[in-house]
Amino acid sequence: KAVSWKFLRCYSSTVNEANVTVSDFKLHKLDDGPETNTVLTRDEALKYYREMQVIRRMETAAGTLYKSKEIRGFCHLYSGQEACCVGIQNALTLDDAVITAYRAHGWAYMRGISAHGILAELTGRKTGCAKGKGGSMHMYAKNFYGGNGIVGAQVPLGAGIALAHQYRDEKTVCVTLYGDGAANQGQIFEAFNMAKLWDLPAIFVCENNKYGMGTAVDRAAASTDYYTRGDYIPGIWIDGMDVIAVREATKFSKDYCLSGKGPLVLEVETYRYHGHSMSDPGTSYRTREEVQEIRQQRDPIISFKQKIIELNLTTEEELKDIDKSVRKEIEEAVVKAKADPRPAIAETFTHVYANTPKYTVRGCDAFSVHTSS
Amino acid sequence: MATFVMRPVSRIARRIHSSKAIQRDLNTSSACSAQMTVRESLNSAMEEEIKRDPKVFLLGEEVAQYDGAYKVTKGLYQTFGDKRIIDTPITEMGFAGIAVGAAMAGLRPICEFMTFNFAMQAIDQIINSAAKTHYMSAGDVNVPIVFRGPNGASAGVAAQHSQCFAAWFGHCPGLKVVCPFSSADAKGLLKSAIRDDNPVVFLENEILYGRPFEMPEEALKDDYLVPIGKAKIEREGTDVTLVSHSLGVLRSLEAAQILAADGISAEVVNLRSIRPLDVDAILTSVKKTNHLITVEGGWPHFGVGSEICATVIESDAFDYLDAPVVRVSGADVPMPYSTELEAASLPQVSNIVTSVKKTLHVDSALQTN
Repeated sequence: KAVSWKFLRCYSSTVNEANVTVSDFKLHKLDDGPETNTVLTRDEALKYYREMQVIRRMETAAGTLYKSKEIRGFCHLYSGQEACCVGIQNALTLDDAVITAYRAHGWAYMRGISAHGILAELTGRKTGCAKGKGGSMHMYAKNFYGGNGIVGAQVPLGAGIALAHQYRDEKTVCVTLYGDGAANQGQIFEAFNMAKLWDLPAIFVCENNKYGMGTAVDRAAASTDYYTRGDYIPGIWIDGMDVIAVREATKFSKDYCLSGKGPLVLEVETYRYHGHSMSDPGTSYRTREEVQEIRQQRDPIISFKQKIIELNLTTEEELKDIDKSVRKEIEEAVVKAKADPRPAIAETFTHVYANTPKYTVRGCDAFSVHTSS
Repeated sequence: MATFVMRPVSRIARRIHSSKAIQRDLNTSSACSAQMTVRESLNSAMEEEIKRDPKVFLLGEEVAQYDGAYKVTKGLYQTFGDKRIIDTPITEMGFAGIAVGAAMAGLRPICEFMTFNFAMQAIDQIINSAAKTHYMSAGDVNVPIVFRGPNGASAGVAAQHSQCFAAWFGHCPGLKVVCPFSSADAKGLLKSAIRDDNPVVFLENEILYGRPFEMPEEALKDDYLVPIGKAKIEREGTDVTLVSHSLGVLRSLEAAQILAADGISAEVVNLRSIRPLDVDAILTSVKKTNHLITVEGGWPHFGVGSEICATVIESDAFDYLDAPVVRVSGADVPMPYSTELEAASLPQVSNIVTSVKKTLHVDSALQTN
């Protein structure tokens, strides 16, 4: 394997694993919480670092493509929040399900869609993961149910996916993510109620990036302790900039749910560097200084890099090599996406229904006749 | 106004057209051997499908231990238990979303709304989560769910409990929308809906729940399916076509009987599906009779009748019309409570008879009521 080859060749001074202490958790109605002391292997360190860098670079590329009008409509970037999806997914398998809202590109990547598949979808190509029919907010993969455009709607859906796992006696959970803005939605509390009543294997995760679009949390929520908002559902607050803390909390939560104890509500406190979407500069409701401060002092990738170098799991040079490889991967993905073919017009009229005999689909006038397949 | 004896369709037909081959379906099947109410057929359909496929389950308010608010799900909980028949809290947006999520993840839920008025609370989940997902995912994710429950007017339940949603749901690509009339329709269509891999909105009618219909032999079997998208000619005729769905079919048949006494032969088309609409059946009938009246319980503007009208006008059947298409519908008001006001808000047989006679330029003095 490439990583161990490099280990043998150049990095014989690094260790194979190290003990790590993560930031503290806050608990709600839980006597015991996730481990703050854990083991991080060299392979894991390099994997998580690379994954976060891919997402960071991919989102930067998406921002650039948007500004040059290659991406249209809505584009919500995940930059700053990488530790959330990387930490959570590395405590899950791809048999566990995930569903999230519209800030979904990082999640799409962690759920198995390549950077090319994501960028091709964003640029409306037929090679996109949804053949150009979904766009930024509607990317799907096996056991990854998007990408959802309606704030909060994904939460009852996630509880339903958890119900399906329980119904089939599967040893898997459904992780359902929502933001601090969505956290006040009524349907979320309806989902909490049924998840708790029926002990659904559901992990509800509030990605609290402090702003619901342009509204700061304390202007939208009477209680900003999102991990307690499940009330009768126990909760955990996690420093969302610490990828290992996020991983440990997720490991704990998956075990908890699958032991039949029912759902949990996690709050990962994080931050987004960009505005809400590409049409929001993100500076009318927060200061540039605030953004800069987080970038300098709490960036999830920089702080992880420092940690794994300190722990001797890797070296500066090795990480530079990874940076180079990530840059190449994203550059190639962008070039390929831009060159990929666009979908045929006939695709407008396909996929309205599943497994349904061919029928005529009406176009935009009475004389244009199209077929569904 | 004279009262009309409510009789099963088949007996009316046999009396008036004793010498002709009657309704295709009733006559070509073997002898009718049983009567079932619409309620019993819906119950039967669900029982058969839940038994047949372990992925099918039912959720909704009072569907389990209460046996169903309208007793449509009576006995299912006793037979199948907690896992398959689930009582939900009164949280439509939440449980509809849960049902849609379960369908995305491979189960086949039947989501009951106590009435479709309450489905408005869940309409985002029905449209944005259920209807659109197969398209947005370019075929990766499908949503095999049935949303069912009573739709339209009941009796005396006033404005917030009487709305018809056929046009609202019929508007949306990605949904299939069906609307049975008879017990055989109800059973066959519900079984088809449950087996369909798409979200199906299944609009029942509370007034028809208790009505018995003759069930043809094949409808009593557990593999009886009525295809979605196929209308049924309930009564053949030559002078005018009445196109309707649900309770409107009953009113149309009653009107047809009255018109027959005046020598007017009305063809009654039971749509059975709102989306997809059986356009071929409508156009074929219009080309035969040259006159079209649409009948529906919902409000007139932007309704099912409007859609049928537009469809006929855009087709070659337009050249066969000898008169403009005319709509009969509910009145353009929220439903009032008092009996006489309610009656004035709902399409009556007299509305249909008047519309036919005006369309055919028949002297209204001949109108029997």
